[in-house]
Amino acid sequence: MAAASGFAESGADLDLVGIQKRFPGFTAIEHLDLTIPAGSFFALLGPSGCGKTTTLRLVAGLEDPTTGQVLIGGKDVTKLRPFERPVNTVFQSYALFPHMTVLENVAFGLRRRKIADPIDKAHEALRLVELDHLATRKPQQLSGGQQQRVALARALVNRPALLLLDEPLGALDLKLRRQMQIELKSIQESVGLTFLHVTHDQEEAMTMADTVAVMNKGRIEQMGAPEVLYELPRTAFVANFLGQSNLFTGPVAGTTADAISVDVAGVKVVVPKSRAARHTGTVTIGVRPEKLALHTEKPATDASTNALGPGRVIDVSFTGVSTQYLVDIPGVGNVTVFTQNMGFGPTAHEGAEVWVSWHVEHGFGLEDDPDAEPRFSPDADTQMLAVQTKNELQSELEAEEA
Amino acid sequence: MSATSAATRTELPAAREGKPFKRRIGLGTWLLPAYVTIAFVFLLIPIVYTFIFSFNDSLKSNIVWRGFTFDNWLGICNQVEVCIAFGNSLLVGGTATLIATTLGTMIAIALVRYRFRFRSGISLLLFLPMATPEVVLAAGLAAEFLTAGVQKGLITIILAHTMFCLSFVVVTVKARVTTLDPALEEAGRDLYGSPTQVFWRVTFPLLLPGIVAAAMLSFALSFDDFIITYFNAGIVQTFPTYVYISAARGIPAQANVIASAVFIFAIAIVLIAQITNASRRKRLGLN
Repeated sequence: MAAASGFAESGADLDLVGIQKRFPGFTAIEHLDLTIPAGSFFALLGPSGCGKTTTLRLVAGLEDPTTGQVLIGGKDVTKLRPFERPVNTVFQSYALFPHMTVLENVAFGLRRRKIADPIDKAHEALRLVELDHLATRKPQQLSGGQQQRVALARALVNRPALLLLDEPLGALDLKLRRQMQIELKSIQESVGLTFLHVTHDQEEAMTMADTVAVMNKGRIEQMGAPEVLYELPRTAFVANFLGQSNLFTGPVAGTTADAISVDVAGVKVVVPKSRAARHTGTVTIGVRPEKLALHTEKPATDASTNALGPGRVIDVSFTGVSTQYLVDIPGVGNVTVFTQNMGFGPTAHEGAEVWVSWHVEHGFGLEDDPDAEPRFSPDADTQMLAVQTKNELQSELEAEEA
Repeated sequence: MSATSAATRTELPAAREGKPFKRRIGLGTWLLPAYVTIAFVFLLIPIVYTFIFSFNDSLKSNIVWRGFTFDNWLGICNQVEVCIAFGNSLLVGGTATLIATTLGTMIAIALVRYRFRFRSGISLLLFLPMATPEVVLAAGLAAEFLTAGVQKGLITIILAHTMFCLSFVVVTVKARVTTLDPALEEAGRDLYGSPTQVFWRVTFPLLLPGIVAAAMLSFALSFDDFIITYFNAGIVQTFPTYVYISAARGIPAQANVIASAVFIFAIAIVLIAQITNASRRKRLGLN
């Protein structure tokens, strides 16, 4: 119980060193080295089955790594059992004890560690999540959002050096989720603990975390501040998992002191060297759909603008704030364009002949080798993954019933 | 004008369809209650008979009504054999229930939570005592005890009862363990609970309804059992074997007293459980 005695003064660093986790039949985590500095809000983002929940369970001690070490605050906890680690988890299903009141749930951890005044401290934690008035209720009498906050209070009351959040907002509706995101963030800032948040919701990861690590197939693809990850994705997976991207592949046709130009279906597309991972051979470059401008006449190009076209608008969807166009450009393929609705309604109609253009500094070059097998199909967005996960779960359930 | 015609038109079919509709209801109103009454009378007559004859001022046999008395209820142990047999039944039922419930709960948790060799084989074997005809099981056990040279008596009855109760306990508790979310135990471990603490504070309370149900089922099965007991009892008598044996020379009224008391006790337990449940639900609903 040495590691778990008393409250953590502040958040602690988490270090994962050379972690590998194999289950019978598959490898959940191939190789993971990760450092999360104390006091930060760190999000592990990835599709289901990418190993993010396994990572969380390894840190909590609910699974043992096949190889590697887990260090919390510089102390090796790999061999410690869950109840000996200064870590608490907010479970995806909340896992509130149904036979105890809300108050008893929150006081559970304090009582196990024999901390003085567990009831007072539990009330205090419930006040933090604004649920003290429901302390005598049973968990099943609360709404989803309230249960989520009780689960949070039950973990926070122990002042763990590290708080693990396993998709805690997944079961909430959109509005409540936004509200809880803001609350979680402000609680993290006020208590100063280290939060490790696992999610498959890219928007959630980006709005809440200081640092986001995008995980895919048991590895971290890219890690950084949300803005950096979004503006400068380094792999096709990140470019498409975090928002949408238009990707073009072609050979590097020319190089200047600070830019490369790539031959995309006969058109030279310029990308700054500082924003491109590879400067020779065949490369994949990309640009975000909202960075594109749509023209109904051939735009005048200069050194600071890239343009492609003409192409045909094959789909227009009006979403209110913006309009999404799908443009088919011969030789290039489909290009997605988001435009803000500054005027009234769409500016181009289906079948119209259009050009697209963007500023050179908005482009990015990926480090992926375009000739290699894609590690993940680029059209795997979160929505599709959610459907996929649901189907998998359903078939699993059916198999169990049979 | 149009309003009145509309009114008559709606009335007409209603009046025409009224008769057969009414008759259908008429059939239902008496048939269902009659059926229920007959079913209940059929079920309850033996119990009522037993209950009434527990107040019979009987001599050796308790077949002819000879007048009302409380003597049988006040002096159950005047007929010592009845009392001893009843005591044996309680002892066997209690011990077998205790052992079977403890072992069965552990087996159920192991079968659901852990993957080990022969797991499905063990699951299947546990069903065997339930599927085997009781008389075969009884004779088999009797032969087994004879071969092993075990003196028949209370011990052999308890062993036999524990064996068949175990299957029922495992099946009942297993259903409960399956519905238990493993995340709850993980949460307990995560919240600084040692394995022992997690078991007693999370797992056990959540399994308790299943365990209690299993224990009650075990006791009822054991208390009621005749065939297996008869084959393996030696000279020891339990309540059912005593009643069977004494049937030839007349069952004493004290046996009726015990049977009635057990019935009333069981009904009381059910009623108390229902009432506490209802009041708890009401309390939760009002909160």
